[in-house]
Amino acid sequence: MTREDIIKAINNFLTEEFEIEESHIKPSARLRDDLGLESLDFVDIAVIVQKEFGITLKGEEMTTIKTLNDLYEYIIKFMNN
Amino acid sequence: MKRVVITGIGIYSSIGKNLEEVRKSLYNGKSGIILDPERKTYGYQSALTGFVERPNLKGILDRRSRVCMPDHAEYAYVSTIEALKNARIEKDFLRDHEVGVIFGNDSSTPAVIQSADIVREKRDTKLIGSGSVFQSMNSSVTMNLSVIFGLRGVNFTLSAACASGSHAIGMGYMFIKHGYQDCIICGGAQEVNLFCVASFDALNAFSKKESDPKGASRPFDRNRDGLVPSGGAATLVLEDMDHALKRGAPILAEVLGYGFSSDGVHISVPNVDGPVRAIRIALKDAGMKPEDIDYINAHATSTPLGDENEAKAIDRIFGNYKPVVTSTKSMTGHELWMAGASEVVYSLLMMQHSFIAPNINFTEPDEHTGKLNITNRTLKQEINVFLSNSFGFGGTNSSIIVKKYT
Repeated sequence: MTREDIIKAINNFLTEEFEIEESHIKPSARLRDDLGLESLDFVDIAVIVQKEFGITLKGEEMTTIKTLNDLYEYIIKFMNN
Repeated sequence: MKRVVITGIGIYSSIGKNLEEVRKSLYNGKSGIILDPERKTYGYQSALTGFVERPNLKGILDRRSRVCMPDHAEYAYVSTIEALKNARIEKDFLRDHEVGVIFGNDSSTPAVIQSADIVREKRDTKLIGSGSVFQSMNSSVTMNLSVIFGLRGVNFTLSAACASGSHAIGMGYMFIKHGYQDCIICGGAQEVNLFCVASFDALNAFSKKESDPKGASRPFDRNRDGLVPSGGAATLVLEDMDHALKRGAPILAEVLGYGFSSDGVHISVPNVDGPVRAIRIALKDAGMKPEDIDYINAHATSTPLGDENEAKAIDRIFGNYKPVVTSTKSMTGHELWMAGASEVVYSLLMMQHSFIAPNINFTEPDEHTGKLNITNRTLKQEINVFLSNSFGFGGTNSSIIVKKYT
């Protein structure tokens, strides 16, 4: 997957599954404060990331992901490895 | 002691998705039973079931709420919206008062199976997702409703097999009668899905009349051969009468008596003595005599022995007076954990609209059911007081007496 494909896939599940308005989807958006995601939502993000990208997110690693860009970069890094 | 009244009701069932649809179905003797071919592919002995369409709550409830709700919590949400509207209770009232919630429920199957499947296959609990634990618990319905509606009062689920919904009303009645709460949202909910009654089907307890789904549930009839599982949800707003009067609420009826007992005999086979004691306790609690009861909504599920023993119990107490008896399960099937609440709602609809719904498919009595005054036709008749019976596995019995409010 290209970098663009990964970003598109993440944005898709945030708008489709989590019903976040497209206008809120920006790299600088904070997952909790701007996108309204809470701890239970991160449990579901981990499931979707596993299914979409085959990556198992660990709880302690998730705590370092604060913005949407952090999430993009985390997954891109894994996919490139 | 406080007087306990009903100020709002709501229903979502196999015979209608709201009170008006259900009223029409009851009046017209309409069955909600279908044959679900998919159950055959899973080895069911009987593929008969009540058909309950899953409500689409997307756009109505946010994702977080929906992810945590099993199907029966969705039904309960819809029936509770209707009940609160009828009780003229709005969000502000719920925020400013301690309103409770007590529902009868005794299973929540798919999430348990799905999470176990994931762990067995993937060996990784992180793949289960966030909603499963909330969907899988018996208290799923009350935990979801209390959060969605912002309830601040008593909050628990009551599990008592097929008497769960009835005991939930009885428990709400007790809380209000003794002054612990002013207002409680009571009810019953029953899941309807491919897996929830598989273990019940294993008991060979379901009707095999698959060629005639609408004729399969035939309580009290000589040719009954088992129950038909069904489901949905029913909600009743119970309230302290003074509290209801003070806020100008519409009062539909008064809960006068709650009787309860345990057979203490057999895990699945009901007896006569247990129900007799429950009915007598309810009559005593209501300060009534058998001749005061105009209509009995029987538990009768269409099983050979269950209906026989309930007929004997009713005949023992009411034999000299013979009030009209019907089982609405002839139309709805057996709504299991929800039945005790839904059947009070059905009886209230009959009370409000002055008719008694037919016990459809009752074409020929047997030596025991022939002693009761069962009608297979719709009767236009005033109901001043009714008795609703519910009995469950383990010999748990509950009887509720409700009087028209005047």
